[in-house]
Amino acid sequence: MKTVFQMGAGLGLKPNHYSDALDCAAEGLWFEVHPENYMVEGGPRLAWLEAIGSQHPLSLHGVSLSLAADCPPDENHLKRFKALVDRVQPALISEHLAWSAWRGRYHPDLLPFPRTVEALQRIASNIQRTQDALGRSIAIENPTHYLSLPGHEFSEIEFLTELSIRTGCGLLLDINNVHISAHNLGFDASKYLDAFPAKAITEIHLAGHTVDPGDTQLLIDTHDAPIADDVWLLYRRVIDRIGRRPTLIERDDNIPGFDVLLAERDRAQRLLNIGSRRVSEVTI
Amino acid sequence: MNTSLASFQDAFVDALYDRHSTGMTALIEQPGFMVYRNTVLKGSVDALLANFPTVERLVSTEWLRAAATLHARQAPPTDSRLLHYGAELPDFLDAFEHAREMPYLGDVARLDLLWTHVHCAEDEPDVDPSELAKLPPQDLARSRLTPKAACRWAWFPDNPAYTLWRFNREGRDMPAELDWRGEGALLTRKQGKVFWQAASAADCRFLDACAAHLPLEQAAERALEVQPDLDFSELITRLFSADAFASVSIP
Repeated sequence: MKTVFQMGAGLGLKPNHYSDALDCAAEGLWFEVHPENYMVEGGPRLAWLEAIGSQHPLSLHGVSLSLAADCPPDENHLKRFKALVDRVQPALISEHLAWSAWRGRYHPDLLPFPRTVEALQRIASNIQRTQDALGRSIAIENPTHYLSLPGHEFSEIEFLTELSIRTGCGLLLDINNVHISAHNLGFDASKYLDAFPAKAITEIHLAGHTVDPGDTQLLIDTHDAPIADDVWLLYRRVIDRIGRRPTLIERDDNIPGFDVLLAERDRAQRLLNIGSRRVSEVTI
Repeated sequence: MNTSLASFQDAFVDALYDRHSTGMTALIEQPGFMVYRNTVLKGSVDALLANFPTVERLVSTEWLRAAATLHARQAPPTDSRLLHYGAELPDFLDAFEHAREMPYLGDVARLDLLWTHVHCAEDEPDVDPSELAKLPPQDLARSRLTPKAACRWAWFPDNPAYTLWRFNREGRDMPAELDWRGEGALLTRKQGKVFWQAASAADCRFLDACAAHLPLEQAAERALEVQPDLDFSELITRLFSADAFASVSIP
């Protein structure tokens, strides 16, 4: 199994890029997939993932455990997740601070909820169940926000910190999500990032976004474009403060060639390689 | 707003699908709520387009996107593994008013579903056909052939669904004239790739019988019922060379 210490900047793995991914020997390269796409009995998908996993560290990034739903995670889903973890031995496992499956229906999005004491207890319990079922600790990602939700009893950072303390889970800091949420809800992204608990961060996500084509001025987390300059600046600010962390370039739509994504990844890898020098003083 | 988490989630889902929703006005009135509505629907519709590429080529992306939007509203996913979403789409297309001129469309969608089943089915070792050949006659008659999980077949009595599916799946121009009669298809997996070939009614009946664990003799009788002039050894050779079977067993 490849360890987290070898992980620099990684890429979301796309079926069109399997062959390139297998052969690429770029420094620090690793790959992330949504486990839901590999919860199959057999066949070429799994074979590719296992082959690529034999060459590069892997991360399983779940999108549908629905940890913030007011019910325990689906036992069958956890069993399939565990089988995949056993099969590909990922270096990292993560999920979202959100819900998507509810009362037998799956709503393919990462839905919001009021951060109450009740929600904290439920989600901590769901994370614990997940970690017990997988036999591994997981990281929880901060979601994108589009709504001013009444009824919050915690800030998002307080909530994530509390979850980390109660369950031992790590945190996956998605800097694009912070940038988008700050824009949409009107808070300062830099202040949020400066307050994010550094020691709990086990992974960073970077992605592109778009402006709502309607007249709302909202930013939308579309993962269909290169990472915005503002997000690169925030990334430099974060790693300048907390140091090196496995960093993923996410791209899920308008997917370019592997070489284009690799070039974007190399930019993150160069920033990580700067090491002890202050990132903010280096021109990339 | 009711702050109970479950009540919030019930009301949020109702609002997502434009149903009457209690206490959600403050959220629905924000432009951001539409982002969730759009994303949830787009996730389901995109999955249907990904899972039915042959239907898409046959009817156009725009047409399938419109039909998939209606279907996704009526029957949202129940399984978070979206590659399995769309099991009900063939029946939806059979009954869809705007598909009335394309009575084969549901069957073409069924073939796309079979492709996904075969693509994702478990890996099983091949069976050497000589295992069957070396059985003494009395064992041969009572032997059982078990189809692989990655072997799927279907008979479509009403239309040339397989020809329509195959030409579109292979990205080819449709033949100028179609022989309008029933057709069958056999899909299997070899070296990690899905393969397809035409299947006769007898092939399909034989495989149905094998899947129902009938002994070879009875399975052959079933096949002969639909095709009295069947060359049975040719059928067996063809199915073995398609890697259709996981095992030969004697009870």
